[in-house]
Amino acid sequence: MTTERPKVIEVKHLVKKFGNFVANDNLTFDVKQGEIFGFLGANGAGKTTAIKILCGLQSPTSGEIKVAGFDVYRQTNLIKRNIGYMSQKFSLYEDLSVSQNFEFYGGIYGLSRKQIKERTSYFLEKLELTNEANKILKEIPLGWKQKLAFSVAILHHPKIVFLDEPTGGVDPVTRRQFWEMIYEAANEGITIFVTTHYMDEAEYCERVSIMVDGRIEALDTPAMLKQQYGASSMNEVFLRLARAQSAEQ
Amino acid sequence: MSNGAVILQNISKSYKTVKALTEINVSIAKGELFGFIGPDGAGKTTLFRILTTLLNPDSGTATVEGFDTVKNYKSIRNIAGYMPGRFSLYQDLTVEENLSFFASIYNTTIEENYHLIADIYKHIEPFKHRKAGKLSGGMKQKLALSCALIHKPEVLFLDEPTTGVDAVSRMEFWEMLKKLRSQGITILVSTPYMDEAALCDRVALMQNGHVMTIDTPNAIINAFPVKIYAVRSNRMFHLLNDLQSIPETEAVYRFGDVVHYLSHSKTFDPLSITRHLDSLSHTEITVNQSVPTIEDSFMLYMRKSDKFNISQHDN
Amino acid sequence: MKGFIIKEFLHIFRDLRTMLILFGMPVVQVLLFGFAITNEINHASIAILDQAKDEVSMKITDKILSSGYFDLKAVLTHPDQIEAAFGEGVIKEVVVFEPGFGRKLEKEGKANMQIITDASDPNTANLLYNYTSGIVRDYSREMMENKTPPMQISIESNMMYNPELKGVFMFVPGTITILLMLVSAMMTSISIAREKELGTMEVLLVSPLKPFQIIIGKVLPYILLSFTNAVVILVLAFTVFGMPINGSILFLLLESILFIVMALSMGIFISTVSQTQQQAMLLSMFVLMLPTILLSGFIFPIENMPLPLQILSNIMPSKWFIIIVKSIMIKGLGITYVWKETLILLGMTLFFIGLSVKKFNIRLG
Repeated sequence: MTTERPKVIEVKHLVKKFGNFVANDNLTFDVKQGEIFGFLGANGAGKTTAIKILCGLQSPTSGEIKVAGFDVYRQTNLIKRNIGYMSQKFSLYEDLSVSQNFEFYGGIYGLSRKQIKERTSYFLEKLELTNEANKILKEIPLGWKQKLAFSVAILHHPKIVFLDEPTGGVDPVTRRQFWEMIYEAANEGITIFVTTHYMDEAEYCERVSIMVDGRIEALDTPAMLKQQYGASSMNEVFLRLARAQSAEQ
Repeated sequence: MSNGAVILQNISKSYKTVKALTEINVSIAKGELFGFIGPDGAGKTTLFRILTTLLNPDSGTATVEGFDTVKNYKSIRNIAGYMPGRFSLYQDLTVEENLSFFASIYNTTIEENYHLIADIYKHIEPFKHRKAGKLSGGMKQKLALSCALIHKPEVLFLDEPTTGVDAVSRMEFWEMLKKLRSQGITILVSTPYMDEAALCDRVALMQNGHVMTIDTPNAIINAFPVKIYAVRSNRMFHLLNDLQSIPETEAVYRFGDVVHYLSHSKTFDPLSITRHLDSLSHTEITVNQSVPTIEDSFMLYMRKSDKFNISQHDN
Repeated sequence: MKGFIIKEFLHIFRDLRTMLILFGMPVVQVLLFGFAITNEINHASIAILDQAKDEVSMKITDKILSSGYFDLKAVLTHPDQIEAAFGEGVIKEVVVFEPGFGRKLEKEGKANMQIITDASDPNTANLLYNYTSGIVRDYSREMMENKTPPMQISIESNMMYNPELKGVFMFVPGTITILLMLVSAMMTSISIAREKELGTMEVLLVSPLKPFQIIIGKVLPYILLSFTNAVVILVLAFTVFGMPINGSILFLLLESILFIVMALSMGIFISTVSQTQQQAMLLSMFVLMLPTILLSGFIFPIENMPLPLQILSNIMPSKWFIIIVKSIMIKGLGITYVWKETLILLGMTLFFIGLSVKKFNIRLG
């Protein structure tokens, strides 16, 4: 961890306006390769907009932003090929079987048949789901679906994977298993960009940014943030920052 | 507790192939703030739909204020306030229009019952001409709660009111619930957030259609059978695996910025953790006994019985 | 109840899409038809067979050609050439003056001319005939002003290839039927399904509202809007197409209300079996719209269908409504002639109301 890892997300002065409304107000931050980066903020703080911009789904109003080495204004197609995405809502196809879901997404990212086969069996083995490969997804318990969705999101070994509240409503045991998968992926060099409402999960991140009202109010390791705000948990840090804001209003 | 506000006896419910609820028995007293804690798929929504007369159970009986949910459903519909899991207001109507619509279907008006919702509604009243779809998450929640309260319900059913809501809004919401409880309204609330259990009078921990335990949060914590050690070292990312190799290990899992270590041995000496980690060249090792939380208990119950475990495959 | 209806109107008036379907569509649909037809008529190719070649026949020919609607493609000299003129498919109309046209008109006060149209395209044929005969009538009215013995040019219409001109008068009644079906059934089914999709239906069900209250609250606004729509279409049909309303307007409107209520109850029924707006939309399309278009006799004459389809067409409410509208508008008939069809519609209405109230669950699922 002493060697400086390359930056895979570089954001300089990102501004996004919708009419008069400033959704992202001059965001500047970097994310390094293999880092687990927690992207926190209250509802409506501008997280979703920022993620959309980083995934190449929306153009920023101004700012210099590079994702996986590509420019978000002109190279959105290259960005999309080099990232993975998973959210609580965006799940897999319920009426396809487990392996068909893998085939479909593998195909989208241009993997060869052989690659898809290899990686599918690798992930299914890891999840101990080899015997369920031909089961229709509907019949798979919810906790497993989340883990499958994550596997599919990193099937093409993207440089970065964006996880939008990946563990919402998941039981505490599965939630932890899910985070083990995240660590493993990060260990293999995949950068993890994750949002969550579970503040204990913020502690699992290497660095955390907290957005308030379109701005990044705090960005550091969980330990440093707790020290800086004299708090005993990330929950306290978050409440202090976000509450100050709502008191202002 | 035959005089409970809400009583469930042997309630079971299945959908096609899935068993949503199995033999649920709960009795909730008048004026209690009662929490159903469990992840998605635990059966919380089905339970709430049965109590709000939207679904009939396959077997068992349930009563709300003495009214049977199947036979006397009309009486329950007059006294129950319900906030479903999804944001269920009309997005194209304004805050005020939503509220007055829900007042009108119970033959009342905003003015008549304003005092009931004043505490909550005053936060969003400045935006009363804004469309509900344009409100922030926290404000939507307050509006939905106001709408569920406007007809002066005796029992309030809140199905996952804080799901997907940020930590600040969640905290404010629970403060509102506490105020409501002091007005004597019986409140049933469900949530997947384990930390919210501590804010309830009593809770039922649910998993896979089963109630694993029912008690006050304190009693559940006090009943935790073994000691929990919170472990830290300079190599947090290896800590989990390294702790697992201690022979007396019952369970090891991350918990916030520490790792919780549980041993099945009654004579376990926490110094053996330090020694073990030391031998694996960890430094800055700290081992502190930690007070269990509801989340620790929840995981313990999940481990104790396979039927609560989500990873069980029903072939 | 009042609160419910107000809320429903707010939904409708705030949703641009709904408003467009409700009010834009009927106007556009009716006008589109109108424009499609006028465009074709602008330069319709015609031929003239003037067997009189006198002052009057020349004047009328001049009038027709200077109207701008027609291009003279051929001058015929013998009736035998008529068939051949149509044969190429370019000429859409032949105007024939009988020998000694002007003289006969002068002496006997009566002369004959013939307008022969290619009715393989019935709409165009009908319009061409209407335009031409209109021009001739204009001319004879001008003449009458200064001639005392009333003169009469009798115009004989001859529709070639499709003498009964099926489909032409079907257009307006058919459009009314389809639009009422669309607005009433589809919009209600979608608006109820939307409440399910949003989860608001759960809250409504948990309230003390009774099923029929929810249904009436949802439906009443659409009855009013559909009725407005029916009136708009009738006015457009009357002004744009010169569609006659020979029978009682009040009776026609009453029958329309009956049909609207029928369509609404079908809409409610559809919403009871669909969970999402998309499902409601697809079901409305396949269960209501397609059969209405294909099996009601709107486009394909029922007499020409194979027997099984003919029998099937009897359960299409729109078939009966189209018969009623045609009878009232074109034939000017009253209840004594269409009581049977009305009774059938009434029966269907009651059936669907009963079915949807029964199917409308007091619980979920």
